Amino acid sequence: MKSRVTLLTLQVLVAVVAIALWHVLTTYPIFGKVLLPPFFFSNPVDVGKQVVDWFASGVIWKHLWVTLLESILAFVIGSIGGVLVGFWFARQPRTAAVFDPYVKMANALPRVVLAPIFTLWLGLGIWSKVALGVTLVFFIVFFNVYQGVKEVSPTVLANARMLGMNERQLMRHVYWPSALSWMFSSLHTSVGFAVVGAVVGEYLGAAAGLDYLIQQAEGVFDVAGVFAGMFVLAAFVIVIDLLVTVVEKRLLVWRPAVGEGRP
Amino acid sequence: MTSLTTQRTATSAVALSEVDVAFRLAQGGTYRAVERATLDVANGEFVAIVGPTGCGKSTLLNIAAGLLTPFAGQVAIFGAPLDGLNHQAGYLFQADALFPWKTALENVAIGPETAGMAPSEARPRAQEWLKRVGLGAFADRYPHMLSGGQRKRVGLAQVLIRDPKILLMDEPFGPLDAQTRQIMGNLLLDLWSADRKAVLFVTHDLEEAIALSDRVVIMSAGPSARIIGDWRVSLPRPRDISEVKLDPAFHELHRDIWHKLKAEVVKGYAQTEGA
Repeated sequence: MKSRVTLLTLQVLVAVVAIALWHVLTTYPIFGKVLLPPFFFSNPVDVGKQVVDWFASGVIWKHLWVTLLESILAFVIGSIGGVLVGFWFARQPRTAAVFDPYVKMANALPRVVLAPIFTLWLGLGIWSKVALGVTLVFFIVFFNVYQGVKEVSPTVLANARMLGMNERQLMRHVYWPSALSWMFSSLHTSVGFAVVGAVVGEYLGAAAGLDYLIQQAEGVFDVAGVFAGMFVLAAFVIVIDLLVTVVEKRLLVWRPAVGEGRP
Repeated sequence: MTSLTTQRTATSAVALSEVDVAFRLAQGGTYRAVERATLDVANGEFVAIVGPTGCGKSTLLNIAAGLLTPFAGQVAIFGAPLDGLNHQAGYLFQADALFPWKTALENVAIGPETAGMAPSEARPRAQEWLKRVGLGAFADRYPHMLSGGQRKRVGLAQVLIRDPKILLMDEPFGPLDAQTRQIMGNLLLDLWSADRKAVLFVTHDLEEAIALSDRVVIMSAGPSARIIGDWRVSLPRPRDISEVKLDPAFHELHRDIWHKLKAEVVKGYAQTEGA
């Protein structure tokens, strides 16, 4: 318990020192010169004011909600697609072999280049961002599920068959849990990419969302606005990550924690 | 003469006759693992197969389980030729075979549930079996929370709850420490004596084989491993593994069999080193 308190204190200390340094370097001249010009680096007070202002006036909620919605939709649609195709390919090696070069090609393509096309097809609303997020999430989930189904322990599989399972029961009791465990082990990554998809999509053209806010501020050289947007985005991502950790702990109770594994 | 042979196979739980096993190698050609293996396990008989590492003991077990099809020869289960998986057999694997995402109780209950029994009926029976293998208090544990010996007990319960007529065991206590092995061996004998299933028990430990079984079968070093010896163990039952090892008859048998086995073990080492 004591070490936890110490750890937390140290973690907070890092933030305090960083912000203090930022404040000092942007506000007070050192040797007759302000090292970080506030025009480029703003300062903590202005940024804090901007954040408080957003929350007080309530402007931020709408943008937060849009980004959250885009991320969730991207995650859900991408995951469902990844699970279905992953299962299909893993159980049909022939299909997998036929599509293999195309899957690799699509995965190697930097997704950002697709963003303008999605905007063209789906407009400036949320769906072009969701589409971008889906292309990111899909491949992560797909590869993990594919791997999960392929790498079921042959002994567990043989055991299941000796216990009398038919193809459907194998699916339910062996392949499915194995694939899910792989999918959930990549939960942090895929949720992160869903957010990335939403944010990058917004950056390239949007009518609402957190990154829309940042871009608006950037457009008028409002550096405080840019930094404020970044902080809100960072906090948003941390909250989502905490939620994922909670979900993960509940769903993967059967797995040994790292470092606790027995041979 | 013909009637005699048919009668013999009819009473055999497992009958392998002239079984050849070959694997196709990746670089072409075939590897003959087992050659002309003939083995009968009578109903209620406990047979141990002993042989040097890599001699195809497990292969023979997989043939009896129907997980592998022989290249040549016949496999009959209770007189009927085996086609596909052997559904009369329970298989205890050498490696961990429990479902890691199921609790001990769910792992044991899965057999009956697969066969169509309602969970409300299967779960109490599974709990009963866990108690029988000494794990009554561990029903909610996942496999990774159990020790190696405890996992083997769950595996034993998982197999036995289905009440298979034949029990196939592939070095089931291999990875366990000596004390745990003895305890597990006694547990196995206890459970087995209740209804005397036919058992085919693969091990590399000759002492374990003699202490547990009615018959010890020796295989030669691979490739093209053959069955080269068959000893009857007439030590009285019920046995206690640590006590039976003090019996002079045990020592005599051990000396006899080891004399033959030793040459094969040396040969087996020479081959793995040459490869």
